Amino acid sequence: MMAALILAFSLAALLQFFISYCRSLIAACAKQPLSAEVQDVTGIKSSATGDDFARVLQLLQLCPDRPEDRNGIQAIGFYFRMLGFLRATVARIIPSVRAWTELERGNCTYFAAVTLDRRIAFSRDMFAQQMES
Amino acid sequence: MVCAFRKHLFRRYLLLNLYVACLIVSEIGRYRILAEYGLNSSQYFYFYFYSDAVLTVFLYFALSTLYSHVFSELKAEKYVRFGTILLLAGTALFTYAVVAQSSARLVTVYAKELSQNLYFVGLVLTYVLWAAILKLRETRARLVQIVLSLGVYFSVIAANYAIQNLMPQLMGVMSPVVQVCSTFLPLAWAYAFWRLPEDARLTPSRLAVIPR
Repeated sequence: MMAALILAFSLAALLQFFISYCRSLIAACAKQPLSAEVQDVTGIKSSATGDDFARVLQLLQLCPDRPEDRNGIQAIGFYFRMLGFLRATVARIIPSVRAWTELERGNCTYFAAVTLDRRIAFSRDMFAQQMES
Repeated sequence: MVCAFRKHLFRRYLLLNLYVACLIVSEIGRYRILAEYGLNSSQYFYFYFYSDAVLTVFLYFALSTLYSHVFSELKAEKYVRFGTILLLAGTALFTYAVVAQSSARLVTVYAKELSQNLYFVGLVLTYVLWAAILKLRETRARLVQIVLSLGVYFSVIAANYAIQNLMPQLMGVMSPVVQVCSTFLPLAWAYAFWRLPEDARLTPSRLAVIPR
């Protein structure tokens, strides 16, 4: 009985912390402007839609991986799938949830685009260092 | 640790960094014992649970420093320190009272039960801290992310222990899941130290699942 209560509390807390953590990652990137080349490649100017997320992730996978970004992008990927599930179930009945999930999915895409921008800048720096040496 | 050191944050988040240092030492020790004696050896069993208990106590104190950061303007460090020690002593005594009634291998079971209980206490304390952050409108992005990642970590570990108590047959399945989840905390902290500038600000009320 006690273990079941602890499990229920832990899972509820996990859901809350995870969603808030993902939203904090997104919020920290929301004000960062995208470089012109990432805007060209992704077609994202100031706001993004959830439909572009998979495409931006594919572009991300083409760039060299960075350990400190990996955790964030995995968390946001999982959050995006959660939103997809919500969109396919609850959002069909409640229109306001649908609008919210669309907004959040778009924010996830923008986060992925900012990460892509960072990876491109990192790759360029590495290349420049190699050329110098 | 490297990220914190390079960003000159090592002393500011000293206990967090000490916890990570202890984590590295214990992981190296676990690997050496695993390689020498094997997964099913009593040496590995004892080392795993004793080191886990020590790490949990370190993480518990690291959490208390986050309380000090959040309540720094209220000059409440003394009360936080007192409360931390009181709660730790209470948890230790409660664990002892439970274990003493039901076990012969007192010290080992005590170490395991203590870390298990401290994970849950840590989860509750992190939840309270998150509520305080929302209430006090704390906006430091780095601090918010550190607290939230700690909350995710405590929740996963507490849920794992609860599942193992409810369904012991799932222990083999859950252990690798926990090991993978355990890498989340150092990586999330590294991200917070490396990526977020000191002056980065967030509006925590917008991060809450139910907007305030």
